[in-house]
Amino acid sequence: MARIDLQHLRHSYLTNPVRDEDYALKEVHYTWDDGGAYALLGPSGCGKTTLLNIISGLLRSSEGKILFDGKDVTELQPEGRNIAQVFQFPVVYDTMSVHDNLAFPLRNRGVAADEVERRVSETLDMLDLKKWADKKAKGLTADVKQKISLGRGMVRSDVNAILFDEPLTVIDPHLKWQLRSQLKLLHKQFGHTMVYVTHDQTEALTFADKVVVMFEGEIVQIGTPEELFERPSHTFVGYFIGSPGMNVLPVDIKGITAKIGETRFDLSGVPNLKPGVRTDLGIRPEFITLGEKGIPVSIQKVEDIGHQKIVRAAIEGMDIAVVIDEDASIPADPHVVFDPRRVNIYANDWRVEMEG
Amino acid sequence: MGKTQNNKAWFFVLPVLLIVLLNAVVPLMTVVNYSVQETFGNNLFFFEGVKWFREVLSSERFQDSLLRQFAFTGIILLIEIPLGVVIALSMPKSGIWASVCLVLMSLPLLIPWNVVGAMWNIFALPDIGLLGYGLNALGFDYNFTRQAFSAWFTVILMDVWHWTSLVVLLAYAGLRSIDDSYYQAARIDGASRWAVFRYIQLPNLKHVLTLAFLLRFIDSFMVYTEPFVLTGGGPGNTTTFLSIDLVKTALGEFNLGSAGAMSLIYFLMTLLVCWVFYTFTMKGEES
Repeated sequence: MARIDLQHLRHSYLTNPVRDEDYALKEVHYTWDDGGAYALLGPSGCGKTTLLNIISGLLRSSEGKILFDGKDVTELQPEGRNIAQVFQFPVVYDTMSVHDNLAFPLRNRGVAADEVERRVSETLDMLDLKKWADKKAKGLTADVKQKISLGRGMVRSDVNAILFDEPLTVIDPHLKWQLRSQLKLLHKQFGHTMVYVTHDQTEALTFADKVVVMFEGEIVQIGTPEELFERPSHTFVGYFIGSPGMNVLPVDIKGITAKIGETRFDLSGVPNLKPGVRTDLGIRPEFITLGEKGIPVSIQKVEDIGHQKIVRAAIEGMDIAVVIDEDASIPADPHVVFDPRRVNIYANDWRVEMEG
Repeated sequence: MGKTQNNKAWFFVLPVLLIVLLNAVVPLMTVVNYSVQETFGNNLFFFEGVKWFREVLSSERFQDSLLRQFAFTGIILLIEIPLGVVIALSMPKSGIWASVCLVLMSLPLLIPWNVVGAMWNIFALPDIGLLGYGLNALGFDYNFTRQAFSAWFTVILMDVWHWTSLVVLLAYAGLRSIDDSYYQAARIDGASRWAVFRYIQLPNLKHVLTLAFLLRFIDSFMVYTEPFVLTGGGPGNTTTFLSIDLVKTALGEFNLGSAGAMSLIYFLMTLLVCWVFYTFTMKGEES
């Protein structure tokens, strides 16, 4: 278990990167706490697996340093870093029994036989794998295989961090929940530092204490699920987290007054804007009220998703989504009001603070 | 189920049946026919029952060539399979050099068998061949046309040169099909090079190596052209393998009954070994 310091990491798959776009991973400089559960969330190709492989040592970053508990491990190979990794597709040693699969990393490190037995049987208990212990790993289902992969990490008591690379991709939906909650429980019980790569926001938000949202090779926000929901620091986070995502509308701002289309209204404070930037207003569909007053909208479609309705509407041609209760009625002359405390203002896609 | 059954489609299979009948069943049955009859010319045949089989099985000549055959097949399998795997393991995984290696490896497989025999014959001649002259210059007493050991050495070396590539190509394909995450997991688990081979690569090579083993077994068991061109079965009878012996019996001595019985025994042995081996290695795959 360890604190992970990422110091000015950058990585490019090209030999001579020049421009910013040449980097698959743009500068990352963060400290991740010991015992934290982090999720790296982002669309395919955003650099999350690159970052994970840099942490595990499978990839040497082009620039920067990586420290485990203050010790520089940048030059160390994966076997020297003492980490565990669970891959997208289950990796098990087919010809070995489940028991021997778990014993494998310990035997490779020359651990004494009785200590191996003790650790393996503990781990088998921990992961409910006892009943398969003597079976060959080959014929087992994907979820059991993933548990074996995880077990090969957890069997080492001194493991620095456990890394997961989209581990639930090949798992049946009804088992996903089960495995995820078991993972969460293991994290609570044993307090390993865990890093979990996924493109599924539900997975990320339920698993992690801190979600690391990545976009185009950059970390755009690290925060708790609440922070990501209420104060997305980049419009991408707003779109990506939440269903439906945040409404982002071009806005003109003069002091405290915002103007969308022809309608003006007051914000909760004066946004701290530099001149000449492109400004957008972000508001979650959950924080918009549909009624008789406010900004006039035209309604295009109402989707009933059970306990709520999603109203697809437009303000002067700009699409917005509004979430209302399932029994709420839709007014004949619809208008919307934004909750001023829930409005975020973005300058060139990055969130700005408000004063006053 | 009121499904219409139209069995006319079976007629389309008839041409294939006819071809198989002409090129496999009829010749085989002719051999069976010869193997149970005796002739003294004039196209007069007498039924002899299993006489030829008994004679062939108890003849020292047949037993000797059979022994030589097993020795040859055993030796080349022991060399070619491990060597092929080792070469496949050390070949580059990607890039231009991977292609270069693959092309170089395929070259011996493209050369006609009698050319291989002729090439090695000249290559190994003690007075003018590079190999033969070289070995003698290095102080080895080497002459494959006169010494049994030299002849065996040359025949085996030639087969290894010609056919190891097949094992290499199959093993290489098997190795490429292993996902990278297996190697990554092994690194994280601190596995040694040997452990990676033993627990990741070898289990994944099981099927292609079974195939390689069977192909090399069958081919080497039936080997004819290359040793025939190289040594003609000599010196003496020392490199006379089953097929060479069979041709001598059938065409040299025109002993049809004996040759027919030999062919069938030969055929059944190949079939049996393949069946036993295949069943044995594939056991446990279904579960």
